Amino acid sequence: MKTADTAHTEGPSAFAKTGEHESKAAELELRHVSKRYPGQRSPAISDLSLTVPAGEVCVLVGPSGSGKTTAMRLINRMIPISGGDIALGGRSVLQRDARELRREIGYVIQQIGLFPHQTVAENIATVPGLLGWPKQRIAARVQELLELIGLDGDGIGGRYPAQLSGGQRQRVGVARALAADPPLMLMDEPFGAIDPINRARLQDEFLALQRKVKKTIVFVTHDIDEAIKMGDRIAILREGGRLAQYDTPREILTHPADEFVAQFVGADRGIKRLSLTTLAELKLIEPNGTRPSALRAPPQTSVRDALSMILTANGAPLAVVERDGNGGERVRGLLTLGLIERLLADEAAAR
Amino acid sequence: MTLASAGPVIPNFGVHSSKCVVENRLFCGEWVSHNFSSVLWPALRQHVVLTLIAVSIGFVIAMALALAAHRYRAIERPTLLVTTFLYTIPSLALFELLVAPVGLNIFAAEIALVSYTLLILFRNILTGLREVPREVLDAAEGMGMSRRQALLRVELPLAAPAIVAGLRIAVVTIIALATIVYTIYPRGLGVPIHAALGEGPFKTELIAAGGLAVLLALAADALLVLAQRVLTPWTRARAS
Repeated sequence: MKTADTAHTEGPSAFAKTGEHESKAAELELRHVSKRYPGQRSPAISDLSLTVPAGEVCVLVGPSGSGKTTAMRLINRMIPISGGDIALGGRSVLQRDARELRREIGYVIQQIGLFPHQTVAENIATVPGLLGWPKQRIAARVQELLELIGLDGDGIGGRYPAQLSGGQRQRVGVARALAADPPLMLMDEPFGAIDPINRARLQDEFLALQRKVKKTIVFVTHDIDEAIKMGDRIAILREGGRLAQYDTPREILTHPADEFVAQFVGADRGIKRLSLTTLAELKLIEPNGTRPSALRAPPQTSVRDALSMILTANGAPLAVVERDGNGGERVRGLLTLGLIERLLADEAAAR
Repeated sequence: MTLASAGPVIPNFGVHSSKCVVENRLFCGEWVSHNFSSVLWPALRQHVVLTLIAVSIGFVIAMALALAAHRYRAIERPTLLVTTFLYTIPSLALFELLVAPVGLNIFAAEIALVSYTLLILFRNILTGLREVPREVLDAAEGMGMSRRQALLRVELPLAAPAIVAGLRIAVVTIIALATIVYTIYPRGLGVPIHAALGEGPFKTELIAAGGLAVLLALAADALLVLAQRVLTPWTRARAS
């Protein structure tokens, strides 16, 4: 009995790389937070309350002047709060030493801010160094993170930031923020300075990374499409730091709280909503043995892309095909314009 | 008197008069080798000491002032005013002015030399600190560095190229200026240079001592360039 127990508790060490080190996340709660700068009539943030469950991505989005970056910087006390409280893991951040708090919160900014005089490895080791980790533990952690972001080859750890591409720098910035396994990450337009093609790739990479590390993340952007793609929940802020709506991307696109939100997410919100669903999630029309049109797509395609394909093909139905084990293809079902219409109508009705 | 008017005036040479000296050539290597250990080497060493003391003290003062001005902007203008004023005082006049309150000693010499380093060093250190990119400081603060940690680990290392650039100018300036220290304090390469000015057509001592001052400046500059290469490897790192 006892030996079995021991064996069981030692089990997780085999999964150390993906499991043990990357497990910490904490709930973040903003309670009636306000920020007023002296000499300014209107507040930058007024009565902002929201809760981010542990391990979820909360995107703060809004037009300029909506205080989204200010709200983010109140959390790690880069900006002093005027009223209300912020709790991380149930503990008020106001009662903590600011520097100690910041070492527990990953911090990624648009310009990344890598230290140009330090190598990639030294940059990643910053917070563990501040926390006084022993050298060997830091070296092991740096290696682990370089592998996590796919930069462990080619001696990249020994290079200086000036020797990296923009995308590599961005990934190093994320690795540096993850170094001490923080329960919360703050990311201020982390992909804002990257060209659109690489941005989409980095977003996908980051989502894959987040599925592994499962951090609580506060992500600031001005781009509603990025918010929809990255967020488990989206907080839409309006002028003066007032919360217009806090909900899942699907809810915001289906049931915008008011005219401001509806305008902010755009007149194409129905189409945007389709990007949240993949063909695999749909109840498709049975193929019924008839050989379908040449229009075909794999199940992981978004309904939005499928719609675009159908429209391009003058409304022809689309066959959802998946590979079977032997390298052949199997038709899973058909998607028609009528089915997409019904999907949108059902979502709008469900509340 | 009759002897003096008959041939070249050569101090300390007496019986050793060589053909070169007698024929009054431009440069006599033999004179140099004969007088190196007694005249030139001690003067060179004194010159190095004068320069090192002046630049070290000047560096400490300028660093303190620059750090203060970096943190409290109000300090910058008055500091610039005073150090610029010091820098513009004619050097000979400053040396003479210091004799009455301080005396004919090393203190007067160093006070004058130090005052000429301040403007150069202060301006360069402050510029270096101010040119650290805003986002780098933001990242340092956001990761939980204290002001002191950010200064020591981020700001000063990144300001190093500008600081070394200032040191290079200061060192070369002080090596040149230290040649007139002899007017109040008989040390440094200024002593043989001054002596040579009284030697009429005999130019060897002037060329040797002056040449040493130039070589010293070049060597010190090269040393600082080397130090910068070792201290700031990232400045040469470019995308490969």
